Amino acid sequence: MPAISLAKAPQPASTDPAQIRNFAIIAHIDHGKSTLADRMLGITEVVDPRNMRAQYLDRMDIERERGITIKSQAVRLPWRSGIDGKEYILNMIDTPGHVDFTYEVSRSLAASEGAILLVDCAQGIEAQTLANLYLAMENNLKIIPVLNKIDLPAAQPDKFAAELAKLIGCQPENCLRVSGKTGDGVADLLDQIIEQIPAPQGDANAPARALIFDSVYDVYRGVVTYVRVIDGHLSARDQIQMFSTGVRHEMLEVGVISPEPMASKGLGVGEVGYLITGVKDVRQSRVGDTVTNFNNPTKTALAGYKDPKPMVFSGLYPLDGADYPLLREALDKLQLNDAALVYEPESSAALGFGFRCGFLGLLHMEIVRERLEREANLSLISTAPNVVYNVKLDDGKSIVVTNPSEFPEGKIMSVEEPIVRSTILAPSEFIGVIMELCQQRRGTLLGMDYLSEDRVEIRYTLPLAEIVFDFFDKLKSSTRGYASLDYESIGDAEGELVKVDILLQGEAVDAFSAIVHRDKAYAYGLMMTGKLRELIPRQQFEVPIQAAIGARIIARENIRAIRKDVLAKCYGGDISRKRKLLEKQKEGKKRMKMVGRVEVPQEAFIAALATDADIEKAKAARK
Amino acid sequence: MESLSFYVHIPYCLKRCGYCDFNTYTPAELREGASLEMVSNDYIDAVLREINVAHLQAPGSVPTIFFGGGTPSLLPAKDLGRVITAIKERWELSVDCEITLEANPDSVDDAKLSAFLEAGFNRISFGMQSAVPHVLQVLDRTHNPDNVARAVVGARRAGFESVSVDLIYGTPGETLEDWHTSASAAIGLGVDHLSAYALIVESGTKLAAKIARGELSMPNDDLMADMYLLVDSLAESSGMSWYELSNWAKPGHESRHNIAYWKTSNWWGLGPGAHSHLNGVRWWNVKHPSAYKSALFSGQSSIQDQEQLTSLQMRDEKIMLSIRMREGIELSTLSSEQVGRVKGYCQSGHLSERKWQAGSLQLTPQGRLIADRIVRELVV
Ligand SMILES: Nc1nc2c(ncn2[C@@H]2O[C@H](COP(=O)(O)OP(=O)(O)OP(=O)(O)O)[C@@H](O)[C@H]2O)c(=O)[nH]1
Ligand SMILES: C[S@@+](CC[C@H](N)C(=O)[O-])C[C@H]1O[C@@H](n2cnc3c(N)ncnc32)[C@H](O)[C@@H]1O
Ligand code: SF4
Ligand SMILES: [Mg+2]
Repeated sequence: MPAISLAKAPQPASTDPAQIRNFAIIAHIDHGKSTLADRMLGITEVVDPRNMRAQYLDRMDIERERGITIKSQAVRLPWRSGIDGKEYILNMIDTPGHVDFTYEVSRSLAASEGAILLVDCAQGIEAQTLANLYLAMENNLKIIPVLNKIDLPAAQPDKFAAELAKLIGCQPENCLRVSGKTGDGVADLLDQIIEQIPAPQGDANAPARALIFDSVYDVYRGVVTYVRVIDGHLSARDQIQMFSTGVRHEMLEVGVISPEPMASKGLGVGEVGYLITGVKDVRQSRVGDTVTNFNNPTKTALAGYKDPKPMVFSGLYPLDGADYPLLREALDKLQLNDAALVYEPESSAALGFGFRCGFLGLLHMEIVRERLEREANLSLISTAPNVVYNVKLDDGKSIVVTNPSEFPEGKIMSVEEPIVRSTILAPSEFIGVIMELCQQRRGTLLGMDYLSEDRVEIRYTLPLAEIVFDFFDKLKSSTRGYASLDYESIGDAEGELVKVDILLQGEAVDAFSAIVHRDKAYAYGLMMTGKLRELIPRQQFEVPIQAAIGARIIARENIRAIRKDVLAKCYGGDISRKRKLLEKQKEGKKRMKMVGRVEVPQEAFIAALATDADIEKAKAARK
Repeated sequence: MESLSFYVHIPYCLKRCGYCDFNTYTPAELREGASLEMVSNDYIDAVLREINVAHLQAPGSVPTIFFGGGTPSLLPAKDLGRVITAIKERWELSVDCEITLEANPDSVDDAKLSAFLEAGFNRISFGMQSAVPHVLQVLDRTHNPDNVARAVVGARRAGFESVSVDLIYGTPGETLEDWHTSASAAIGLGVDHLSAYALIVESGTKLAAKIARGELSMPNDDLMADMYLLVDSLAESSGMSWYELSNWAKPGHESRHNIAYWKTSNWWGLGPGAHSHLNGVRWWNVKHPSAYKSALFSGQSSIQDQEQLTSLQMRDEKIMLSIRMREGIELSTLSSEQVGRVKGYCQSGHLSERKWQAGSLQLTPQGRLIADRIVRELVV
């Protein structure tokens, strides 16, 4: 049997690097990475069949509910090669497929020598197949092309083997064929990983250098830091040092994930595992930092990671103002596990104290908000997301605007917005609709290539603000779900952008200001004023709601004065019931936010700021 | 001497109206297999037991007794008379003691009305609700408009000193003209007192179910407001004046029993689900008549729960209740902060400017329509 029991397998800290293979599974979203990982956990017998469940490594509730991977997961798998009969240790990393989590993939690749490029052979090559392939190539990784889901009746392995081979520059026969569902071909794949992927290189005698590629805050154990050892070794008895801060830490535990944490004596060259130092301050463990030995520190840090650039920003506010400190703490902890998250305090006249947060995309934003709400038990409001703008004033000064309400009032020379280069892959019959959509979104065609007779790759530059919100949904619906999209930031360009303010009784509500293209200002104004008219309850006076660009009013609605707000019914002597009702209303009134003299219920803010996705979610929850 | 009013709950109706969530039961629901007479006798026995309990705890002279329901007029006059007699035997009734009977228009005839008068009642209040057949039908009432006229004339003839009717406005399908018809009809009957309540959709009622299914829909608040202003002006111009938000009376015919509630006087509520108040403590009885009866017959307390009002609750209740009355609230009893929060309602025409100058907060007709909002400003 090619599986080796964990007890008999080569042990951490005493495994020869020549016996180690480190690889990541990369693919477009839903092509079956986590399911293939399941089969690997199964045939290497690190997970007992009784404990097996689908997408075992998608451990977070939010991952299981949505059926997507958000966090990369590294697992140590012992395996006896069917080719040379020797024992090996495979460190497998399952990665996410969604474009928002590319940063997660790139960190996993930096801890690997090879990558399995998985392609669903009922779908073929898609946008993130390309994007992740290019990432792996930039990291000089050995790439093993694998066709997955060969069990599907709609599978076209020959067709896609040809496409994949053309893309990578190999022979179609070199593409392995597996089924993550049935396990077909998986043992072979493990053998090929050993054959094709180089063993890690490193100097076992040099001072220790380990790359922090992830970390997480665990309520019971404090900060858990995930590392890949490059040189030297880390032992359970060592004192370690973080290169960037120089701070010394006692080591409480070292171990490997198999796939549950297992303490070990240490970690040697090429090994992947975790450290626990008992540090409570979450900022002490920074992803990308180098861990070294305190008594014998290295002089040169590892390259680390480029900090990802946030693409969209939004304000996050606790529903209950008193939760502000909790939100800060929750953000600190979450950032440990989500290095792409950035935030800084801000305040809003309408929403109180909160944070302006930067995200890699809308899904990332949604996930962060949901994780904060779940993991810290908070209720949050988020403002409408926006991209970052560069505003140049007439006096030559320039201002970076991440919050529309900070858009300068004075004379503006120009406004620049982020531009992306996007790649769309789709069956060629959809070229027309895709081009039309991109045109509407102020796109410029860069080029088009046929991947095969009936599949094209279309490249456009587009303003980020145009694609980050509902573009993908539109693209999917106009191509019957066949198109896939990837994009990367390529800089800034000037655009005809204006700030639209929403005024209640003449007073601007900061949370509703938006920066939009001049052509879309009117539509935004109309939409917001209409929404608010429905949401804001009538007051004892008339309340005009206006949308304005500077001093120019572009849309207007009116909330008529309230006429009736009283219960007139005979309650006899049941005064208690009446008073309890009043006490409830009193609580409701306390939760009102004042905008000038206008009372706005918090629910109105939430509803006005809700995205279509929020609304769908709320509807689903009600069902 | 302290005063102690009595409320006597009669938890029976022949049929439950579609909008009603009062603590009342139909013979079918009770399934006691007995005639209403037998139920009544038994029930009054239980009430008399509670009267004995009250006698041990609450002294005072009795300014008002109110029989409400349910439908008190369903019970034989002699049974209700036993309650009045029992109270008379244990407490001193003030000379002008107001003793009210709540009655359904189709549950009385001349003989019965005389018998009620004989038993001691001097005030009667009919649940008229509307004079328009399609409105009565939506309200799911058993009576027709003619019953009301006959009942009111009968009550006068029998010798009732004070006659009142209850109206409901804002029934689905009711137009402002319909409401004009009902309000004028009520006033045209020459009643001394008028209550007009906005229809409230109570959860669990048949009405609520029909609205939820979309079979009926409630009128908008603007129409409700117009209906209120209409009844107010009709009543005022006929010689009645408002003395509480939903109540109008000819001089001297204000319901002193209701005023006792709104001024937080002491009263004892007899019967299942009835609420009582004695010097800052409120309590209420178990809800179901059988539970009520079996408690009292086995010598146990009929109380379900009680609360001792905190000073903040007392303050809030006082504001909530007194603002609804013509007398309003004396500004000197409010903090300067509270005064500051509501001053704006003078300019907007919701508070009487004249009264404000004279040191009191009194709602204008428009102000009465947003009374709860102004209360919130005062209590928050
Ligand atoms: N028939 C069949 N279905 C598969 C196979 N592998 C995965 N699936 C299904 O494809 C869907 C996506 O599988 P996952 O393993 O979650 O895909 P993933 O690539 O990890 O997705 P992300 O992590 O969100 O990028 C699931 O419904 C799986 O059951 C396979 O070999 N055959
Ligand atoms: C205690 S009830 C009972 C009176 C009597 N049983 C009758 O219905 O004729 C007193 C009054 O409350 C009013 N009422 C009852 N339910 C109501 C509701 N859901 N909304 C508004 N008023 C209501 C009716 O006007 C009713 O006459
Ligand atoms: S008759 Fe009166 S108490 Fe009885 S159900 Fe109808 S409204 Fe309610
Ligand atoms: Mg996955």
